[in-house]
Amino acid sequence: MGNKQTIFTDEQLDAYQDCTFFTRKEILRLHGRYHEMAPNIVPMDYTKDPDVKLPIQLIINMPELKENPFKERIVEAFSEDGDGNLSFNDFVDMFSVLSEMAPRELKAIYAFKIYDFNTDNFICKSDLEKTLNKLTREELTAEEITLVCEKVIEEADMDGDGKLAFADFENMISKAPDFLSTFHIRI
Amino acid sequence: MCEQPAPETRRPPGGRDDDEVFLPDANCTSASVTFLQELPSYRSILRRRTSAGGTQDRRQNNQGFVRPPAAEKRNLVEGTGVENEAVVRSIREYALNIPEKRRLRDIQEANVKYLSGWDQWKQTRNKSWKKFLDEIKELSSYLELWRNDIRSIEGKFGTGIKSYFSFLRFLVMLNFIIFVLMFSFITLPSTISKYGVLNSSYVKVPSESIELRCRNYTINGPKELVYFHTYIIDLLSGTGFLEMTSLFYGYYTIDMVQLKVIKYNVPLAYLLTTLVCLSLSLIWIVKRSVEGFKQNLVREEDQFQSYCNKIFAGWDFCITDLNASRLKHSSLQYELKTDLAEERLRQKKADRTTEEKLRIYCLRLFLNIFVLALLSVCFYSIYRATIYSQENISNDSIKMMFEGNLLVQYLPSIVITLANFIAPLFFSYIIRLEEYSPAFEIRLTLMRCVFVRLANIGVLLFSLWNRISCGNEKCKPCGYNYELYPCWESRVGQEMYKLMIFDFIIIFAVAVFVDFPRKLLVTYYSCKPIQWCGLQEFGIPENVLEIVYGQTICWIGIFYSPVLPAIATVKYFIVFYIKKISLMHTCRPSKRPVRASSSNFFFLVVLLIGLVLAFIPLGLSMTYFRPSKACGPFVNFNSSWDVVPHTIQGFPTALQKVLNGIASEAFAVPFFMVICLIMFYFIALAGAHKRVVDQLREQLVMESRDKLFLIRKLTEAQKHS
Repeated sequence: MGNKQTIFTDEQLDAYQDCTFFTRKEILRLHGRYHEMAPNIVPMDYTKDPDVKLPIQLIINMPELKENPFKERIVEAFSEDGDGNLSFNDFVDMFSVLSEMAPRELKAIYAFKIYDFNTDNFICKSDLEKTLNKLTREELTAEEITLVCEKVIEEADMDGDGKLAFADFENMISKAPDFLSTFHIRI
Repeated sequence: MCEQPAPETRRPPGGRDDDEVFLPDANCTSASVTFLQELPSYRSILRRRTSAGGTQDRRQNNQGFVRPPAAEKRNLVEGTGVENEAVVRSIREYALNIPEKRRLRDIQEANVKYLSGWDQWKQTRNKSWKKFLDEIKELSSYLELWRNDIRSIEGKFGTGIKSYFSFLRFLVMLNFIIFVLMFSFITLPSTISKYGVLNSSYVKVPSESIELRCRNYTINGPKELVYFHTYIIDLLSGTGFLEMTSLFYGYYTIDMVQLKVIKYNVPLAYLLTTLVCLSLSLIWIVKRSVEGFKQNLVREEDQFQSYCNKIFAGWDFCITDLNASRLKHSSLQYELKTDLAEERLRQKKADRTTEEKLRIYCLRLFLNIFVLALLSVCFYSIYRATIYSQENISNDSIKMMFEGNLLVQYLPSIVITLANFIAPLFFSYIIRLEEYSPAFEIRLTLMRCVFVRLANIGVLLFSLWNRISCGNEKCKPCGYNYELYPCWESRVGQEMYKLMIFDFIIIFAVAVFVDFPRKLLVTYYSCKPIQWCGLQEFGIPENVLEIVYGQTICWIGIFYSPVLPAIATVKYFIVFYIKKISLMHTCRPSKRPVRASSSNFFFLVVLLIGLVLAFIPLGLSMTYFRPSKACGPFVNFNSSWDVVPHTIQGFPTALQKVLNGIASEAFAVPFFMVICLIMFYFIALAGAHKRVVDQLREQLVMESRDKLFLIRKLTEAQKHS
């Protein structure tokens, strides 16, 4: 554990280790990835906490996110301004929540944000239709889409308002056995 | 009655600084929205969304973060009140962004000085212990076999196929551990003593007390004129020069190894190590399958919440490859379409008339009889092949030609492999005629294939037993057919060895001589029939059955061939690479999607069935069959298990009494009854939990409906007053 790196202070690294699910090495590696996306903008020296944000276009071209149909929503959910511009903190936070050590409850909170396309804190029918279209690349017929959306609301909606609140969503996710293993990005 | 409020502009996206959870919808007035905003449940959702370092009351805020994962006390360190169990790592699990988490962390650290010295020390100790564990985990991840290979497979093909390769890795490690155990407790002492290393000596099994006829055991080794091909035949079938090596049971004709002052009882070690290895496999498999079992228990049937699972947990976020993502899209589409089709089928089934039902049941009965007939044909042909092979092996091997000899040796293996290949084809064809639901179709075909594969081994063993034992005069002196099989355990070991080698050859040959040319044909020739045929599909259930079959052979063969696990380890090691290359280059992944959670459980259940099957021949041969008197460590005993009572008799009397007491009925029956009672209790508990879950769910629905109703009533009442 030599002090060869000058990107972060030791205190910063400790703070990152406590606030995320990453080790020191992984955080330094993440910084490397963040830097190589835009070497001119991202400084190598983060000891003074520079205020640098990368635009959404750069982030969604990362190989880990490129093939994901929800890549824009993921980045928007973790950005502070909601437009997808990620600072390094947001970047690390995003991959920390999506790592395999994050608990189910935490992932469920962010999954709800991701699938809520119109950010009204409900997953309504239009959100579901958009999700479905992104998942199947619009190969289903309109009738099939309506049927599937109805089924989903029927299965998960517990208070009968025709859309999923966070409580409904979380309850449903707790019974989905694959959620933990699929809602996970390796970096 | 409900005014439409002025349409608010879209709330600031990102949602973190919001104060609104509910948008006013068409039915509600602003009055009911106020009610909703005053509900305690709403306020707690609100607190969860706002940040920690706000101007609001910190205590109120901190309580709002309470989302305790199972067994942890979750009190945030505060200004005055301090809990020593405030584990630092709980910060990670809050849904805040990093600057806010850091502020929280600073608050925690600042409050440390309010703790007593003891609590402070405890906290620092917890922290450093956690850091230490993290570092150990990181180091040990380097030791993990094939970590990068499996990661890349996961990235390209998803978690379903990755679970197959993790399963293969698990088998390699299991076989390796079993081999290490068998080697160090059985092979090593015997080899050391035979070569006189370390001043050890051994006492050979006294053979004077045994009849001369039973002791007559010569190996058809090479004599004067030796063809090279005899060595190849011997290598591939375990005869000749291999028969007297430590590979087979016959080598271990040693009673006791004396190493300075230690006396090492080889027969006892042989028996106990075999039992320990099998029990270790059982415990390890059960431990691994517990996780999947728990999930299966909660999900009553496959149809529970299936649409939600597919939409919200269907896309594998690990996928990074273009082809894999295309495949995933199409497989999700396929799954959804299948589900909708199943829905329609269910509708159709409900509408079936009695006439149609009768027709379907008759058809199913007929097809099941056909399946039984097919199975009996398979079993009979294996039986005859084994008999023929055993009869012709006894002939003088030099007389036969090379190919003929090899064919005779491998005849049972060839017939078994053919049966394993043909039967599933039939099964997948007739299942379509039986008109079950798609999920049940898959399960039934798999069960039938599992049964065929494992029962084939059973038939082989049965036909061997038939020849080895006999009811007439031939077997009277020694208890088994000593003329044909002076050392029958070695012969059984040889059969298992041949099965294993042949299985490996087939896997290799299919990958190189069938899949690879097929890939070349499909890539370079674009004529219709070839393109329609397409590439070989990498079907996971078929591949899993293949490995489970090989592993069952290994387990059955442990007692007769202690070095077999080593061969199995090497075999699965190479099979990993063959399958990986085959998957990446010559196969296309199956369109039918496989879920990771249920597939892990499925693999382990099938493996467990194989293990239980392996226990049966072992148990029978240990207790029922007479061990051969010409070779092996159990020459002096009437059955292999007798070595245990024999050893116990050498123990001090008190210990003897205890052990005899444990083995007697007076202990076993009450023990069994207690175990049954405990099991019934847990089953009842699980059933009760399930019922409670259902009731609570219903209650929740009712509660929220009540809430909405009351709010509407209140709003109306307010309007009128």
